[in-house]
Amino acid sequence: MSQKIRVVHYLNQFFAQIGGEDKGDVGPTVKAGVIGAGRALQQALGEDAEVVATIFCGDNFFAEQQEQAINELLRHVAEYKAELLIAGPAFESGRYGVACGAICQAAQDKLRVASVAGMDEDNVGAALYRKHIYIVNSGATIARMVPTLQRMAALGLKLARRDAIGKPADEGYLSRGIKRNELAAKQPAERAVDMLLAKLAGKEFHSEIATPKFAGGKAAAPLGDLRSAVIALVTDGGLVVEGNPDKIEPGRPTRFTTIPIHNVNTLAADKYDAVHSGYDTASANLDPNRLVPLDTMRELAREGVIGSVHEFIHSTGGAHAAVDNAVQIGRQIADQLKAAGVTGVILTST
Amino acid sequence: MTQICTMIPVAKEVGSLRAIAAGGIVSPTGNPELSPEKEKQFRRELVLRALQTLQQEV
Repeated sequence: MSQKIRVVHYLNQFFAQIGGEDKGDVGPTVKAGVIGAGRALQQALGEDAEVVATIFCGDNFFAEQQEQAINELLRHVAEYKAELLIAGPAFESGRYGVACGAICQAAQDKLRVASVAGMDEDNVGAALYRKHIYIVNSGATIARMVPTLQRMAALGLKLARRDAIGKPADEGYLSRGIKRNELAAKQPAERAVDMLLAKLAGKEFHSEIATPKFAGGKAAAPLGDLRSAVIALVTDGGLVVEGNPDKIEPGRPTRFTTIPIHNVNTLAADKYDAVHSGYDTASANLDPNRLVPLDTMRELAREGVIGSVHEFIHSTGGAHAAVDNAVQIGRQIADQLKAAGVTGVILTST
Repeated sequence: MTQICTMIPVAKEVGSLRAIAAGGIVSPTGNPELSPEKEKQFRRELVLRALQTLQQEV
């Protein structure tokens, strides 16, 4: 190779050996050559590439003034005519991980510079940036600094040379959710049997279908006295006011409807409908209380078993929901219920 | 939050922590096969169980 690939390395204040949390406010800075772990990076890159500069920024500065930090750091990346940006690894440090993701995405999108970040799979920066950039899983602790830098270097060199990039498992980066067609030598049935045999034999195998991971939440504390509780009714069964005024989708939902039920004692069949592409709505349409038990809840409130029923029903049509949209809808409903002082929720699902 | 649903394993998989069995897919808080009186009784018992579940430690 005639000329070495020019590499810039991004670090936070700690790994740049400036200081700990007390130096989190240090602004964007550049130094020629390597700092600290940059030596291991240079070794991993070998003869074909050179770490020409190290850029760094305090985690707090980056988090608080992200735009300014990115602009200044990108200026340095451009000054040094970088062809590859390596950021981190940040391990499980959240602010550092987000900074690595943000600077890589900016370098890639604004300067067309190949970029690789390193951090733990559970770092919040991974969730935010894995779809946009290449992130090598570093694990949570610094113990895997060297092997992580080796993987980042290998992947980075390929990116800088515009070589074809293989699958996440082969190259060691976090799946970006990109699907690509490819020709397989064996039929699906044969591949499935091969995988099953490998599984039974306790050997390693890679599923061709990635199952989504659900974050899950913390359980709310148990409700105390029901007699003072404000209970809200929520459903993913697509309950709407007749005519569906909020136009919620019968499937693949992106929104929900809030149905006012002040002074409504029961969900009458001629006033409410179920809109949902995932189940037969006939029996819910005949008696919508089968979908959302408003009549019973009113009864229990009258009897003093519960304090009151929240004055809106929140509803969406939960068929074939994209996880991201479902999370969004759930969060919005939860925020509204919290703000309204609701203390408990009954969610009915079809 | 208590979730009344039929597919409890699915609810658990996505992180639902208080889930109880519903009357069925198409009528979570009902049962069209029962007489109207019995169906109302069924719904009342189910909702009471949902409320009790809200009071339980998870």
